[in-house]
Amino acid sequence: MKNRPLYLLLLVVLFLALGLSRAYAGQAPDIMINTDGQSLHLSDLRGEVIYLDFWASWCVPCRESFPWMNEMEKKYADKGFKVIAINLDEDKSLADAFLTRYSASFKVGFDASGRSAELFRVQGMPSSYLIDRQGNVVSSHIGFRQKDMQQLEAGIKSLITR
Amino acid sequence: MTLKVLCLGILSVSVTLAGCSSMGVKPWERSHLAQNKMQLEPYKLDSFLDDHIYFSKEGSSGGRGAGGGGCGCN
Repeated sequence: MKNRPLYLLLLVVLFLALGLSRAYAGQAPDIMINTDGQSLHLSDLRGEVIYLDFWASWCVPCRESFPWMNEMEKKYADKGFKVIAINLDEDKSLADAFLTRYSASFKVGFDASGRSAELFRVQGMPSSYLIDRQGNVVSSHIGFRQKDMQQLEAGIKSLITR
Repeated sequence: MTLKVLCLGILSVSVTLAGCSSMGVKPWERSHLAQNKMQLEPYKLDSFLDDHIYFSKEGSSGGRGAGGGGCGCN
């Protein structure tokens, strides 16, 4: 085994490479959610099923996702389900303009620094993460299309009834 | 020896595949890039008319996706 250092190096690089390129899984990072006027930790919402969505005003599919997220929260709110949407615009006025056009009945947080997206390793806009009552990221989804709705709702349903 | 080569091969492949996944502009930093004026063809009608002129008057086809012509009659 004179090649042991080489093997070790190989393993480390492989793990790094896989880790960097994979979507987030496991315990959800405890990000700060700064809404207009209040701030809370993601962990404060433990015990609820959470659909965490990262969006921006310039993101076209996000326009489609907003009515759907409104509908989902309305439909499943009494079963302990919450939608949290984190805005990642650098310029908050753009986000506010978006919100007047596409109203949100769910909680919207603002993170101009993009730190929360960094922690969740967001790989596309919009990105959504389904978090169970124990705070684990169960599934993640990149983009938003009409045909995704059913699958996403099925994911929500399965977590609520669990 | 062959093992070493194999290891190096796997190493370089994995680095090439994953190495670029965390570089450059982050997905949430694309607001300026998403603007209309940053697109290759921001004004569709303008480029359609330009195309037509090239095709009709100068007989240049291809390159911008139009085919045929050059008779100046279209």
